[in-house]
Amino acid sequence: MLGWELPPHNSGGLGVACLNMARALSKEGAQIDFVLPYKANHPEAKFMHILPATDLDPIYRYGNGSYESLRLFEEIIPTFKENEMISIREIQKKYCDFVEKYLMEHKPDLVHAHDWLTYEAGILAKKEYQIPLIAHVHATEFDRSGMHTGNPLIHEIEYEGLMMADKIIAVSEITKRLIHEKYQIPLSKIDVIYNSLDENYEKNEYQFYDANYRYLQKLKETGHIIVSTVGRFTIQKGLPNLVRAAALAISKNPQLIFIFAGDGEDRNELIELAADLGISKNVIFTGFIRGKRLRDIYSITDIFVMSSISEPFGLTALEAAHHGDVLILTKQSGVSEIIWSAMKYDFWDQKKLADEILAISKNPALMESLKENVKTEYRKISWDQVAKKCLKIYNKLTKHKRN
Amino acid sequence: MRSICLYLHMHQPTRYREYSIFDVSNDSNYFNADYYSRQSNERIFKKVTEKSYQPMLGLIEKNLHQYPNFKISLSITGTWLEQAEKWAPELLETIRRMVKTGQVEIIGETYYHSLSYYYDLDEFNHQVEAHAAKIKELFDFVPKVFRNTELAYNDNLAKWAEERGYQGILAEGWDKILGWRSPNYIYRPTGCKNIKLLLKNYRLSDDIAFRFSDRSWNEWPLTVSKYQSWLDMECLRGNLINLFMDFETFGEHQWVDTGIFDFFDQLISSWLKVYDNNFLTVSEACNLMEPVDEISMPETVTWADTERDLSAWLSNSMQKSAMRTLYDLRERILKTNDSKLISDWRFMTTSDHPYSMCTKYWNDGDVHAYFSAYASPYESFMYFMNVVRDIEYRLSLFEQQK
Repeated sequence: MLGWELPPHNSGGLGVACLNMARALSKEGAQIDFVLPYKANHPEAKFMHILPATDLDPIYRYGNGSYESLRLFEEIIPTFKENEMISIREIQKKYCDFVEKYLMEHKPDLVHAHDWLTYEAGILAKKEYQIPLIAHVHATEFDRSGMHTGNPLIHEIEYEGLMMADKIIAVSEITKRLIHEKYQIPLSKIDVIYNSLDENYEKNEYQFYDANYRYLQKLKETGHIIVSTVGRFTIQKGLPNLVRAAALAISKNPQLIFIFAGDGEDRNELIELAADLGISKNVIFTGFIRGKRLRDIYSITDIFVMSSISEPFGLTALEAAHHGDVLILTKQSGVSEIIWSAMKYDFWDQKKLADEILAISKNPALMESLKENVKTEYRKISWDQVAKKCLKIYNKLTKHKRN
Repeated sequence: MRSICLYLHMHQPTRYREYSIFDVSNDSNYFNADYYSRQSNERIFKKVTEKSYQPMLGLIEKNLHQYPNFKISLSITGTWLEQAEKWAPELLETIRRMVKTGQVEIIGETYYHSLSYYYDLDEFNHQVEAHAAKIKELFDFVPKVFRNTELAYNDNLAKWAEERGYQGILAEGWDKILGWRSPNYIYRPTGCKNIKLLLKNYRLSDDIAFRFSDRSWNEWPLTVSKYQSWLDMECLRGNLINLFMDFETFGEHQWVDTGIFDFFDQLISSWLKVYDNNFLTVSEACNLMEPVDEISMPETVTWADTERDLSAWLSNSMQKSAMRTLYDLRERILKTNDSKLISDWRFMTTSDHPYSMCTKYWNDGDVHAYFSAYASPYESFMYFMNVVRDIEYRLSLFEQQK
């Protein structure tokens, strides 16, 4: 398997998905060598061989251009010097070199590559060593750029990887269609395998700690309803539409409180928009949160909104469901394809979103039904099923070898 | 004598549109959705007219002329009749001609296809009377046999119908009730003296209504001779075969290319060719035959789902809350004497509305989802409650005026 990150050194859902998938696959008997672009300890990943492609610290994995200040680097790595700047392309090159060296000595049954970051190494394995290639698409460059034109270099790598792959796994139907429409890949080459909730997420003994959000607790006691969203504040997430819908909804029900949990380049714009619409009093920005504080937000929330313009899967919705939230999802999210007990809307339809928020906040029967039904529903989805589907694809691709 | 009692049910609900909370107190048009939207009553009625009502009524009329022994019973809801008046008046003309032949009988029911029997007996009585008046006005016919919405039936309803002077009442011939007994006889409801009970033969009815075009069914394709041999076998268990089904079975549930119309056409002539075979209307069956036994259904039995109960309409908290909120307004609504407000309120009592809020099989995305006019049970509930909010708002304006 070719990946770019694993917990605890992950910045988002990609690492979590890779770890869970690999764990479930290894339970089914698969032997996995997992290549990473950095060197670090991964206590949770003992079931497979972790192969560091470089000696770099995990912090370097996206290149240091992606960080706002060098100060952060200097804090983490005291020996860091400015002339040691390294770009993500250089890391990808080192990653490819490592994979090539590895393939000279090993002959894996197939290569399973996660997202564009690793596709070049995957292509190399396919081209030079005739190893079957699976390209797993967790997100495309179109998703990351809010359906606008993204980085042309990334598009090119993505395209080549998808063309060269023997099979493509997409995390949702919506991603499958996107791959087909934007990259002209035949639909028959793409299988959909949905993600699932992190196993440890369910196992962890978590208890709500109300002292973290005593103010919100107080508001709830006085009849306020908490609506929240969690994620990076980027164009992909469609948050300005949520702010406008919030203004519409608050005009009918001033007891609605909206929480925007996360951070990103659109933060200031969102704060300004809320102020312009005169709803600053009802809107709370928490800044970046993770771990227990994030779970407390889920716990205190009544209604969770996923407002994404394009969301290949949308794991946060399953996390929110786990904590008993009612879900409102855009039809443009992958998770809305497998969750039925949720309200849905098109990402541009602010009025409908406001309608749905108001209906849930005003009808206890609706809130209770959605809450209870989604709980039984998300539990049906598991990583074991993911592994079984992956294995089916593996077996098909390696059939000729066994015969 | 061996008889088929064929009864077809004609109904269209008046669907509420995607009525927003922002429409409440601003716009009281609940039922006229855009023509191309999912809830457009006009578009749906015209579509089903073309696919089912028009060709099937034509086929029935042809057979009525050809075979004086061909008889049929229809139940037609008030909401269907109002839509036909607006969008396909020629259908009413055809039914009028058919009723005049004396071979067609119309069955009594609630005007709005509601489950008001379970919420408010006064309202139920009103809706049954309103329906009878409409049938009298349009077809000059007085219903003599009663069927409740979705064939929902219990012993108390039978007593109610007897008091009202009905000769007969229809119910599902459900195995759990019948046990070893056959649905192919007339029965007497427990606690009644005169009224007779006709029970649907659900196996032979569903062979046509649900399984006819099902290619995974091991009896597919269903031919007339095969079906008639089943009818012959069934007659060994009693000489009255009650085939009850939706009118839309013909052309809408089973499309024309499945051969359903030809099947129906040939079945009539083929059945009548045999000596002593005939068709009966529901009241003829009641008059000609005597009850063989008494049957009790203390709990409500319907013709829906494998459970044969009301759980698809009135079991989850959204359905209960929607119906409770609606019926709680009744007395205040009637006091206004405002005919528009009252009729808007009554259109909301149609049972299709709570049915579209059913979550029983929602996760499996099955038949309930297929027939729904809304994206999900939750959306249906949301729009329903918004409409009720507006009705309540109009009500409060009336009450302030006083």
